[in-house]
Amino acid sequence: MKGFMAIYRKELADHFSSYRFLILFALIAMVSLITAYLAGMNMAKALEGRIKPTTVFLSLFTAAGAGFSLVQFVTFFGPLLGLLLGFDAINRERNEGTLSKLLSQPIYRDAVINAKFAAAATMIALMLAAIILVITGLGLVILGVVPDAEALGRILVYFVISVVYIALWLAVAILLSILLRSVATSALAALALWIFFSFFISIGANAVANSLTADAPPDDPAAIVKRARIENAISILSPMVLYTNATATIVDPSRKTTRNVIRVGVMEQLSMARYSGPLPLDQSLLVVLPNIVFLICLTVICFAVSYLVFMRQEIRSL
Amino acid sequence: MAQKPIIEAKQLTKVYNGRPAVDRLDLAVYEGEIFGFLGPNGAGKTTTLLMMLGLTEPTGGSVRVMGLDPARHPLEVKARIGYLQENMGFYRDLTGRQSLAYIAELNGLDRQTAEERIREALEAVAMTAAADRKIVTYSRGMRQRLGIAEVLIKKPKIAFLDEPTLGLDPEATNRMMELIRDLCRRHNMTVVLSSHFLHQIQKICRRVGIMIDGRLVAQGPIEQLARERLGVGDRTYSLEEIYMHYFQEH
Ligand SMILES: Nc1ncnc2c1ncn2[C@@H]1O[C@H](COP(=O)(O)OP(=O)(O)O)[C@@H](O)[C@H]1O
Ligand SMILES: [Mg+2]
Repeated sequence: MKGFMAIYRKELADHFSSYRFLILFALIAMVSLITAYLAGMNMAKALEGRIKPTTVFLSLFTAAGAGFSLVQFVTFFGPLLGLLLGFDAINRERNEGTLSKLLSQPIYRDAVINAKFAAAATMIALMLAAIILVITGLGLVILGVVPDAEALGRILVYFVISVVYIALWLAVAILLSILLRSVATSALAALALWIFFSFFISIGANAVANSLTADAPPDDPAAIVKRARIENAISILSPMVLYTNATATIVDPSRKTTRNVIRVGVMEQLSMARYSGPLPLDQSLLVVLPNIVFLICLTVICFAVSYLVFMRQEIRSL
Repeated sequence: MAQKPIIEAKQLTKVYNGRPAVDRLDLAVYEGEIFGFLGPNGAGKTTTLLMMLGLTEPTGGSVRVMGLDPARHPLEVKARIGYLQENMGFYRDLTGRQSLAYIAELNGLDRQTAEERIREALEAVAMTAAADRKIVTYSRGMRQRLGIAEVLIKKPKIAFLDEPTLGLDPEATNRMMELIRDLCRRHNMTVVLSSHFLHQIQKICRRVGIMIDGRLVAQGPIEQLARERLGVGDRTYSLEEIYMHYFQEH
C-alpha cells in the first residue's frame, strides 16, 4: 500500500525516541519484575521439597505478588498503555499542520491511519513480549521449573489475547483523536473512559442488580441467582471483564468456566471436585472462545469506525 | 491565448454549513506561468487550492489538473502538484534533511534519487548549512524555505504556494519571491501563488485572479485588468490600485 511503510517506519521511530514510551516502559518493566519476583519467591517457599507440577509456571502470572497479579496488572493498566499510545495520533498532526502536508503527498488516506495503528500495536506487542520474557526468565531462575509445550502454548494464547485487548483501547484512543480537535480534550476523554470502564461499570452493575431485586428477601436463592445474572450481563459491557473472562481459563488450566459459580448445594460441590484436574489447552480455549471472538470483534469495529470517520473528515484544521 | 490550460476549474463550488466558501468559480492556469491568486482573508483561496489538489471534495462544478479529475485520481494529481500550505507545519524534532527524506520516501523515491534531490533542493533554497539542525531551531524564513524545498523534492509540474511570504520581513519576502521566480524558470514549473504582497506579485506574475467572498471577480493579465478597470493605457499603474478598485466595488 502506497505510503504505509514510510509512515509505519516514522511512527515506530517516533515511539522509540519519545519520553512517553520510555517512562511507560520503565514503569511496566519495574512493576512486572517486582510482582513476578515476589510471586515467585512466595511460591518457591510454599513448594520447597515438593514435586513441582508444570502448571506452577503459569501461577507466576496469576499469583498475587505485591497485592495484585500480573494478569490483573495488564487488565487494569493495559488500557492505559493503549490509550497513551493513541490519544493524540491524528489531532496532534492536525494541529501542527503536518496532516495536510502528509495527505498532499501521493499516498492513500487510509495509509495514515493504518500505519499509525500498526505502529502503536507493534509497540504494544513488543512491551508485552518483553514482560512475558522477563517473567519466564525469572520463573526459570527462581522456581527452577521449565515450562512444557502446553504452558508455552498457553502463554502464547494469553499474549495474543492481551495484544488484541490493548489494541482495542488503542483503537478507542485513535477514534478520540480523530473526533476531538484538541489534544488535551482527547487525553481527558481517554482517561474518563478508562476510569468509567475500570470502576463505574462494576459498581453500576451491582447497583442496578440490587435495585432490580430489591423486593425479594435477601436470602432468597432465586433472587441471588437473578442478581448475579444481571450483574454479569451488565459487566460484560466492560472490556476489562471481557478480557478477564477471555484469559481466565487460559492462564489457569484448572478453571473450567468463566462464570462465578454460585454454589447452592452439596451436590454441586461434589461434582466440581470430581472434575478438578486441569483442562488441556484446546478445551480451555473452547470455553473462552466466545469471549475472545467478542473481544476481537470489538477491536475491529472500533478501528473500522475510526477508519470511516477519518476517510470522510475535512482535512484542514479550523 | 490559444494554449490549453494546465489547470481548469468550471463552476467550481464549495459550500460549508450552507454558506458558499467558493462560488461557481471559473479559472484557468496555463503551463509555465506564475499565476497570482489574490484576495482578502476568507475569500476562499485555500479552499479552491484544496479542491484542485483533491484534498477537499467540491460541492459542485469540476476541476481538471493536467486533464485529471483530482477527486477520482487523487494519487496521480498529488504526485504532480507540490503544495506549500499556508501556516505550514513541520515535524519539529526532525532535522531539515530528515524531513525532506520523509517526504521523498512518501513519494516513493528510491534512496539514491532521494539523496540527490535532497542535495539539489537544499542548495536551491540555500539551506545546506542548516540541513542537519532540528527544525525547532529554524527561524520563520528558514522554515518557509524548507517548505519550498519539500515542494522541490517531488519535482512537480505544478506548485501551489499558499501565502509563502506570510510572516516574513520585507527583505526575506523579496528574496522568497525571487527564489520562486528563479525556480519556476529553471524547472519550467507552473506556479499558483497566493500572497498579499501585491507589489512583489506584480513583479513576478503576468496573470492574476482576484477572489472576493468566494467569487472570482477578475482574472487575466495585469495590464489588461488595468486597461479595463482603471482606463489607463500608458500611465504607470500598480496592482494595488487595481485590487483596491475591485475591493471597493464588491
Ligand atoms: N472546514 C471548514 N468548515 C467551515 N467553514 C470553513 C472551513 N474551511 C474554510 N471555511 C470557510 O471558508 C471560507 C474561505 O476560507 P479560505 O479558503 O481559507 O479563505 P482564504 O484562503 O482565501 O483566506 C472562510 O469563510 C472560512 O470560514
Ligand atoms: Mg488561505
